[in-house]
Amino acid sequence: MGQTMMDQGLAAAVRPACSPPRSLRELFWAFSMLSLQGFGGVMAVTQRELIDRRQWMPREEFLEDWAVAQVLPGPNVANLGVIIGDRYFGTRGALMCLLGLFLFPLFIVGLLAVAFTSFQHLPVVQGALKGMGLVVVALILTTGVKLATALRTHVGGVLFCWLAGIATFVAIAVLRLPLVWVLLVFGSLACGWTYLRIVRAPVPERAGP
Amino acid sequence: MTTLTASDWLGLWLHFSVLSLLSVGGGISVVPDMHRYLVAEQGWLTHQQFTSSVALAQVAPGPNVLFVALMGWNVGANAGSAYLGALGATLCLLGLVLPSSLLTLLATRWAQRNRTHPGVRAFKAGLTPLVVALLGATAWLLLAPSLASDGALAAGLLVLVATGVLWRTSIHLLWVLAAGAVIGAMGWV
Repeated sequence: MGQTMMDQGLAAAVRPACSPPRSLRELFWAFSMLSLQGFGGVMAVTQRELIDRRQWMPREEFLEDWAVAQVLPGPNVANLGVIIGDRYFGTRGALMCLLGLFLFPLFIVGLLAVAFTSFQHLPVVQGALKGMGLVVVALILTTGVKLATALRTHVGGVLFCWLAGIATFVAIAVLRLPLVWVLLVFGSLACGWTYLRIVRAPVPERAGP
Repeated sequence: MTTLTASDWLGLWLHFSVLSLLSVGGGISVVPDMHRYLVAEQGWLTHQQFTSSVALAQVAPGPNVLFVALMGWNVGANAGSAYLGALGATLCLLGLVLPSSLLTLLATRWAQRNRTHPGVRAFKAGLTPLVVALLGATAWLLLAPSLASDGALAAGLLVLVATGVLWRTSIHLLWVLAAGAVIGAMGWV
């Protein structure tokens, strides 16, 4: 694989245009790195690592992948890895992303399980966990704000995005309804509206073969 | 100490494989059924072992779904050895991840072949505002307990500052997490 000989990472960080992953090795390390940063969940880190830092794809495309990964059954971040890995390197890419996601964290969680049983009652440990938990909240908020900017060009219109977003937030955060039903009802409505907008005003852009 | 037969192990793997295809919204959404199966029905885990498996995985780096590996580990450890623990962890994790991953692979390839179809485009684009809202809801649900307790002001301030830092700078996330850990360990939030 001659491509792996190329200098990875450095060039990608400075170039403003998107630079997709060039090798299975890059896929593996990227997903290992983001997985190891994921305390309390990995999804929010993927945006920072793959889009902000590595710029593999535009935010709009990433947001769509993310939406599909959430709607399909299975761990969301595993689905996202499968989608992204398969796009660039087929089945091998998908497997490489899964391997990267789980390999190192699996060892760490095992070690922690052994150590944690003896330290979990110390106030210092509990305080540190709480502080890290709050940073995780901040990370999720930041990801939400950044991805929301990708909605400005949404085919359904900005007003539609606000309505769908507020309705979903209220249903999940305030009313605590099950996700499955919220996605079924609001998701169908949102997709239906978007479908009508796409059919009535076809976007000139056509994806190539 | 429980003894597990080969068919018990097969049953464990099959059960998690079925749950994999039902876990819309992520692995955490099938936790209630795992509890029913592992604790109530089979008696392979204590309630305490079950809940600490879920909590510990939130603390460790990596996908939240690693809690199923910890459950499998405890099932095997209860059955007598670290080797069985490793077997249990492997069976549970592969069971929960592989079937849904295969489904995702097939579904996205089909969608890719039909990507210009308005239905496929509407499906992908239509869900995006909901997904952004889900991020807001998740942040709110995680933050709410802290806002109801004593250190609400300090906790809110930490979240605000950390959000500003993460949004406007490219400081590595691990540094921000470490700062949060130190602030928490000092008892300031």
